[in-house]
Amino acid sequence: MARTRLIQAIHDGIVEEMARDPKVIVYGEDVELSIVGDLRGVHEQFGHDRIRNTPICETTLTGMAVGLASAGYRVVVQMMFSNFLYTGMDAIGNQMSKLRLMTGGQMELPITIIATIGGGSSNAAQHSDTSYPMLMNLGGVNVAVPATSADAKGLVKTAIRSPNPCFVLEPNGRGGDQGEVPDGEHLVPFGKAAVRREGDAVTVVAIGRMVKPALAAAATLADEGVSAEVIDPRTLVPFDTDAVLASVAKTGHLVVVDEARECCSAASQIAAVVAEQGFALLKGPIRRVTTPNVAIPYAPNAEAHVIPGEARIASAVRELLGRGGRPDRSERVLA
Amino acid sequence: MTTGLDVTSAGSRPGGGPSAAEALRLYESMVLIRRVEERLRDDSAAGKLPGAVHLYIGEEAVAAGVCAHLEDRDYATSTHRGHGHFLAKGGDVRGMMAEIWAKREGICRGMGGSMHVADISKGILGANGIVGAGLSIATGAGFGAKLDGDGKVAVCFFGDGASNQGVLMETLNVSSLWGLPVVFVCENNGFSEFTPSAEVTSGRIPDRARAFGVPVAEVDGNDVTAVWQAAGEAVRRGRAGGGPSFIEARTYRIQGHFEAESFVLSGGGYRTEEEIETWRQRDPIARFRSALTSAGTVSAADLDRIDAEVGDRVADAVAYAEAGEPADPELAETLMFAPEEA
Repeated sequence: MARTRLIQAIHDGIVEEMARDPKVIVYGEDVELSIVGDLRGVHEQFGHDRIRNTPICETTLTGMAVGLASAGYRVVVQMMFSNFLYTGMDAIGNQMSKLRLMTGGQMELPITIIATIGGGSSNAAQHSDTSYPMLMNLGGVNVAVPATSADAKGLVKTAIRSPNPCFVLEPNGRGGDQGEVPDGEHLVPFGKAAVRREGDAVTVVAIGRMVKPALAAAATLADEGVSAEVIDPRTLVPFDTDAVLASVAKTGHLVVVDEARECCSAASQIAAVVAEQGFALLKGPIRRVTTPNVAIPYAPNAEAHVIPGEARIASAVRELLGRGGRPDRSERVLA
Repeated sequence: MTTGLDVTSAGSRPGGGPSAAEALRLYESMVLIRRVEERLRDDSAAGKLPGAVHLYIGEEAVAAGVCAHLEDRDYATSTHRGHGHFLAKGGDVRGMMAEIWAKREGICRGMGGSMHVADISKGILGANGIVGAGLSIATGAGFGAKLDGDGKVAVCFFGDGASNQGVLMETLNVSSLWGLPVVFVCENNGFSEFTPSAEVTSGRIPDRARAFGVPVAEVDGNDVTAVWQAAGEAVRRGRAGGGPSFIEARTYRIQGHFEAESFVLSGGGYRTEEEIETWRQRDPIARFRSALTSAGTVSAADLDRIDAEVGDRVADAVAYAEAGEPADPELAETLMFAPEEA
């Protein structure tokens, strides 16, 4: 075990895979200097044929990944902010997510797209989105949302080895967070959730950047005598439905915390699945704690107002369990 | 018209014309596309095909002239009007026909249809329903070819309509910057769907490539020899590490944007019968046939024999498609992801 920053863990995972397989190619805007930090030193180590800066042209970056993968390479595209996926969306929505079906299974597309998700840094509306709902809806791409250093490394390695398009969405502002990473080869399988804290009164499913405030809320609630179980799904596609249902079977209550906007959020999907498959397990309504259907504002106080945090998560749990407390802020925002 | 036929050479050479054997292959390639498209036109009109078909009649010289220089290991991306590229690049006519008939035996097992015919084993990266999408895919394949360093090229077929997509600028920039072996083939057929190209296009399309320092050839796209010569130069440049090339082939779409377009036009129109007839007079197959026979190196009997053989192949492909099994609907659920490694 080694204490490793999350951004370094992603770096380590990519470097290990590049060393393991000469067909792994990395490109993106500013990857040689690595402004994001996850590729620092990689250009010096591997050279121009393995990692290179591109022009700013997201439409081509995602499309080129399809062609390069078709030519037998394993492609890693660093897209910086997930908002930039919108610019590169044709090749994601019309090509890489569909070509395997369209070609009757002829194509394998080992493509890993890395981008940060979420706000909290006053990056304002065009650099703060949590855009995985649109990816989940495509049906043909895997979506990983690591929240710890160990998962960041293990999921990026699994993504690079996958024969399918995978998105590894880094939690914005958490790159410096330290975590233990197992020594040696460390892969995290897709579709296996992690129980971050055990509890028996309520299940809190928290995604990506939301794991940290959910754990803080669980600690606060524990002081109040409420035992919350915090589940980190780690991947949204595929999704570990069994892990969530098993927890709800124990607790009878579900709160889903998602930084994506409320409408068609991952939280909405998880709530729907549990309502359909686990209704008999529930002792009360499912609660979603999400960002309302607004653009992320710049001012720190306004940003904190819309993005779910510890207080809103704890408040939602208290209300769900009938333990009083003030009304959930999200209700006022959404009203 | 002259054929440019090089009767002294047993094979093609830089600057020369196609040999007699190569000329026969070009003719066969064009006739195969024509007969397939005519049959699809008729079967579409008869209501036998489940989806829309976008036909390549009149533009055959472009696919045939370019793909004559390609090997299976080379890559090609195509358009929504992709049957001609598929066939010219060596795709199986039975597999394509069964695909368009939505049969289990289809090259894409009935999951893709007319607009997505692909054969990855032959470097045919697929017809594509998104105008301009092939540009970035071909550029990526060209990047892979460059990294492999073994002389492969990637050809991108696209139209005048795609030339107004921003991705053309992006891919010309990257291809030129990195010296990628990409051959951009703009089939300027005069129409962006239902709008004359001139109404929606400023400047000249080949100038867009010149702006990025990409070598350009402007050719009569209904003259298969001219296309063949320009493509030969472009492919040789790519194989030799000389970077991208751009060919504008001016041609004409004889059929509508898609078959049955009269239903959506509802009596409206965007071109005249006289204009279509003018272009019928420049039919690439009739011109090539006439030039070949008048040059005397290929006999009319040789060409008639090809016509008959192609006719049989197309009839066989249609019979194969008609007799095929319906597609397996459950494939829609199982084909989205490749199996993950254990």
